[in-house]
Amino acid sequence: MERILEFARDLCLIDGISSREDDVRDYIINKIKNENTCSFIVDNLGNLIVEKKGKKKPQNKIMIDAHTDEVGLIVSYITSDGFLKIHNVGSINAKVLLGRTVKVNGLTGVVGIKPVHLVSKDKSKDIPEKDSLYIDIGASTKEEAEKYVSLGDSVTFDSDWSEFGENNEFIKAKALDDRLGCAIMLEMLLEEQEYDLTFTFTVQEEVGCRGAIVATNRVNPDYAIALECTTASDINGVSGEKRVCSLGGGAVVSFMDGGTVYQKDLYRKAMDIAEDSNINAQTKTMIAGGNNASQIHKSACGVKTLAVSVPCRYLHSPSCVVKKSDVSDVKNLVVKLISEFAYD
Amino acid sequence: MINEIELIDLLEKLCIADGTPGNECAAAEIAKEAIGKYMDAHIDNMGNVVATQKGNGKHFLLDAHIDRIGMVVTSIADDGFIKVGACGGVDARTFDSAEVIIYGKKPVYGVISAIPPHLTKSGENKASDITDVVIDIGMDKETAEKYITPSDRIVFKSSFKKLLNSRVCCAALDDRAGVLSLVLAVDMLNEKEIKPNLTVVFSVCEETNGSGAKTSSFKASPDEAIAVDVSFATAPDVSDEEAGILSAGPMIGFSSTLDYNMSRQLVSVAQKNDIKFQKEIMGSKTGTNADGIAVSGCGVKMGLVSIPLRNMHTQVEIVDVDDIRNTAKLICEYITERMEEC
Repeated sequence: MERILEFARDLCLIDGISSREDDVRDYIINKIKNENTCSFIVDNLGNLIVEKKGKKKPQNKIMIDAHTDEVGLIVSYITSDGFLKIHNVGSINAKVLLGRTVKVNGLTGVVGIKPVHLVSKDKSKDIPEKDSLYIDIGASTKEEAEKYVSLGDSVTFDSDWSEFGENNEFIKAKALDDRLGCAIMLEMLLEEQEYDLTFTFTVQEEVGCRGAIVATNRVNPDYAIALECTTASDINGVSGEKRVCSLGGGAVVSFMDGGTVYQKDLYRKAMDIAEDSNINAQTKTMIAGGNNASQIHKSACGVKTLAVSVPCRYLHSPSCVVKKSDVSDVKNLVVKLISEFAYD
Repeated sequence: MINEIELIDLLEKLCIADGTPGNECAAAEIAKEAIGKYMDAHIDNMGNVVATQKGNGKHFLLDAHIDRIGMVVTSIADDGFIKVGACGGVDARTFDSAEVIIYGKKPVYGVISAIPPHLTKSGENKASDITDVVIDIGMDKETAEKYITPSDRIVFKSSFKKLLNSRVCCAALDDRAGVLSLVLAVDMLNEKEIKPNLTVVFSVCEETNGSGAKTSSFKASPDEAIAVDVSFATAPDVSDEEAGILSAGPMIGFSSTLDYNMSRQLVSVAQKNDIKFQKEIMGSKTGTNADGIAVSGCGVKMGLVSIPLRNMHTQVEIVDVDDIRNTAKLICEYITERMEEC
């Protein structure tokens, strides 16, 4: 567990918005390149596909997936007075950008906001439209900004890794979605495995699960498990089914979300296995969100697919929050599912 | 003389320090130590840092406020989330997923809770009312109560960042930038070996009711005073009709509540000494300590100089260190000229 969190910390601090996942991929490759049981390729889109040799060859081919990209921004324009205009890469609410520092080519940038004193009272709670957002790097002119920044450059959240709660049982970081999934897979690659497995570290999930399509087409597995982070709203002021899932409630297995209707028997099996093995597991009480399962299950000739997620508060913000115990629950459940899927 | 590294270092220390209204001690101690190198400094009944120097001629008072905006714990909810109230004019539009520190029995880290998009109706994108804002500290109620009690203060966790040119970003630059400019002004007077009758106040509670400045100027009873605060600087969403320009020098206030002659003399001093400056025109009250100081005691001739600042009352306030330096220079040269007149 300690090592998974170490990997996760390193991976979260690496910047890699969709289609620019190179540094994330290189970190992982660097950790596995001397492992005798691992062989890998990097495909045309940048997916890292690793074949892990286990003790046995299973009857069914099993693929485990996590995505390497994170949500962020891209510089789309530089104003005459040196401010950067931006486009979202992935879905980000303007609320989590206002009043934040961000990183642009190693510089600090600031997402500014009109002082509330200058806003009329009836508009003082309005969140500015996304297209009015700008980044201030301290430049005075366009020419000055252009010395440091070009159109198309990446902008990422400026957020460190913090552990908090009485016993530091919670983690706050950017990009936990889905570097946490990558960290669990990396740990599994370095451990001895019972069965041969294929691990796909896929690109461009945040812009339509695009990497997963081609990775699945290539791997052509019988079974797949997407490791993810999913929205938890177990926060003050939200009750009942609207909480979706809870931190500390264990691995999240959905029966249906915004992208996938999971096969009922697979879902049932996962919940039963969790119960029989005393692994904390929960489902989502709202049909919301989506992940790589949405593409994996309908790629190649069709794949029996499950998504197993770590519940995460404040997803797609600089301050994603997860609970450590849920991470081990996800890993433990995945290991159990693999043995289940290995033979019909 | 304060060098560039010491100056930035002092600004960072001041900005990182806690010090919400009514609880300014942490920042006040840093400011007292800094000004104490030049003048006798103490902390008065209200919590103001008051530094005095006996000298010649008129008695000048220089004021900058030491408090910063923040929040206060009002209660701990049954699920351990922390309910808050505003302590100064915080901007809820910047709250979602922001990081904070609660100064309880020990500093407790937290993230301001945010309602996820799936629970927000389409088209409805508003900031929360302060009474709906809660902080996630990863503790249940019983554990939270070990460390936190209502009345504990909360500030945004903010680190001091350098931007391009001499611009810097941090929370609490309002008005720790003003505090720095006064330390720098006294340092410059010291270099010139000019010894005016001087009181420097780093006053408490500007963000709530200005009580620190009113009471300290009553006690000091100066002939004239200059308040240094921050004011709005232009940005893509802030026009030059409603704001000054960042890096274009101190903003000299003109208002019906300020002394017209002082405003004009500040301008002429800036012109004579080649100090960059801009005018800030206000109809009546300035919204700064100048309003209270002018009518304290038997009345004080009042001037106001503001440092242009972007993103006021957020955790990413931006100033140009050159503007701070020019503000100091302007005040130093103004006092020098006034003393020569006598």
